[in-house]
Amino acid sequence: MAFNKNSNGYTFLFAILMVVLVGAILAFTSLSLKPLQKANAAEKKMMNILGAIGVPSERGAVEAKFMDFVKERVSIDSDGRKVDSRTGAVDATDSDDPFNIDVKKDYRSKAAASELNFPLFVCNKEGQDLYVVPVVGNGLWGPIWGFVALESDMETIYGAVFNHKTETPGLGAEIKEGFFQAPFKGKKISKVSPHFAVVKGGAPTTEYSVDGITGGTITSKGVGEMVDRTMAIYLKYFQSAPKAQK
Amino acid sequence: MSTETITAVEPKRESLFSKKNRKLLTDPLDDSNPITVQVLGICSALAITVQVQQAVIMSLAVLFVMIGGNVIVSMMRNIIPDRIRIIVQLVVIASLVIIVDEVLKAFSPDISEKLSVFVGLIITNCIIMGRLEAFALGNKPGPAMLDAVGNAMGYAWILLAVALVREVFGSGAISFPGVGQVKFLPESWFMANGGFYENNNLMILPPMALITVGIIIWIQRSRNRSLIEEN
Repeated sequence: MAFNKNSNGYTFLFAILMVVLVGAILAFTSLSLKPLQKANAAEKKMMNILGAIGVPSERGAVEAKFMDFVKERVSIDSDGRKVDSRTGAVDATDSDDPFNIDVKKDYRSKAAASELNFPLFVCNKEGQDLYVVPVVGNGLWGPIWGFVALESDMETIYGAVFNHKTETPGLGAEIKEGFFQAPFKGKKISKVSPHFAVVKGGAPTTEYSVDGITGGTITSKGVGEMVDRTMAIYLKYFQSAPKAQK
Repeated sequence: MSTETITAVEPKRESLFSKKNRKLLTDPLDDSNPITVQVLGICSALAITVQVQQAVIMSLAVLFVMIGGNVIVSMMRNIIPDRIRIIVQLVVIASLVIIVDEVLKAFSPDISEKLSVFVGLIITNCIIMGRLEAFALGNKPGPAMLDAVGNAMGYAWILLAVALVREVFGSGAISFPGVGQVKFLPESWFMANGGFYENNNLMILPPMALITVGIIIWIQRSRNRSLIEEN
């Protein structure tokens, strides 16, 4: 071999070249795929919002359906005042569009609630106004999130979808299954704190709580906590907003 | 044997599927299985054997990363400085995993969602590092690829066996993508419906994976006596 591959100089040179090369490859991959990934994430969000109001949708045909059902996208501040609103097509480049508010990022950012805006999606299904609220919280191992749809009385839950990143399969991960989400329908958000709760699996439930998952107590509690905490903010808006016509 | 004398007389290029190379494919399935004999990759065998579906996805991902890693490191084996070889191997593995993840996110977001948790586990999968260090650094790309396939398969079948046991006894059903859960037992057998059977929740917890792997090792050793150490 012409060179000594164990000399210090060569080792440093190799390391530097490797880092530059790998960095360039990864940066290129990431940048060139970013638009597609963003579109996928937006599509998934629309599917979740439609899922909360019980409209099934599939990838590739979501946007038109989203336009049909979601009339208005509103953002409110932590005191329940309306900040901004959009109708019509979603513009991915418009950072004030309530659809583009990243509630997961806001939740992680630890910024005071007063600095944040909260999105609300006003939908219309079969003549009834429905309000879809995004919720974010913590499970046992990582983040959990979902969308809760309220009926036109802004009190009764019309439907809910939840998902998670790393909850235990067979236990906490079951929050994304229908049997956990179905009982939310018809329950109410209480005007006084606690606004909503998920109780221990098998314990008696009230008008303002649902049954948790046996063996998935911490994840279930996380779901209850995120719905309760988020609704506390939206209730201020609901109480000041004029009741929509049925 | 005649074949041996021929190769001894004219040391021609060895065929990719010679007897020696075929052993690279078949050995890791039993005699030198990465999980049950070398006891590598136990961590991911515990974490993702709750559902068969996840085990399949993980096995495919490991197969891909292992082939890529083994071939790339084997091609670079003569230029990698000895002192930083582990870091180089790690960089190769991590880059492959990140690229796979990014591509899946862009073109197949639903699979990516299922896989996302396991990406970190692939990078730290000791089997991949082990094979790069033990085999790819000293062999040509062809055999390195066979070694990768063999070891990934040896890993995959243990993973699938454990996942099958855990999902059947833990959830009482197997869920397939697109089909949903397929149940084996009639609903009326379950305690909730007045029957006698209850799913074993212990199966879903990580310790049962270790015990299941232990049982597989026991069966394997009682069948294949050459694996038993003499002390």
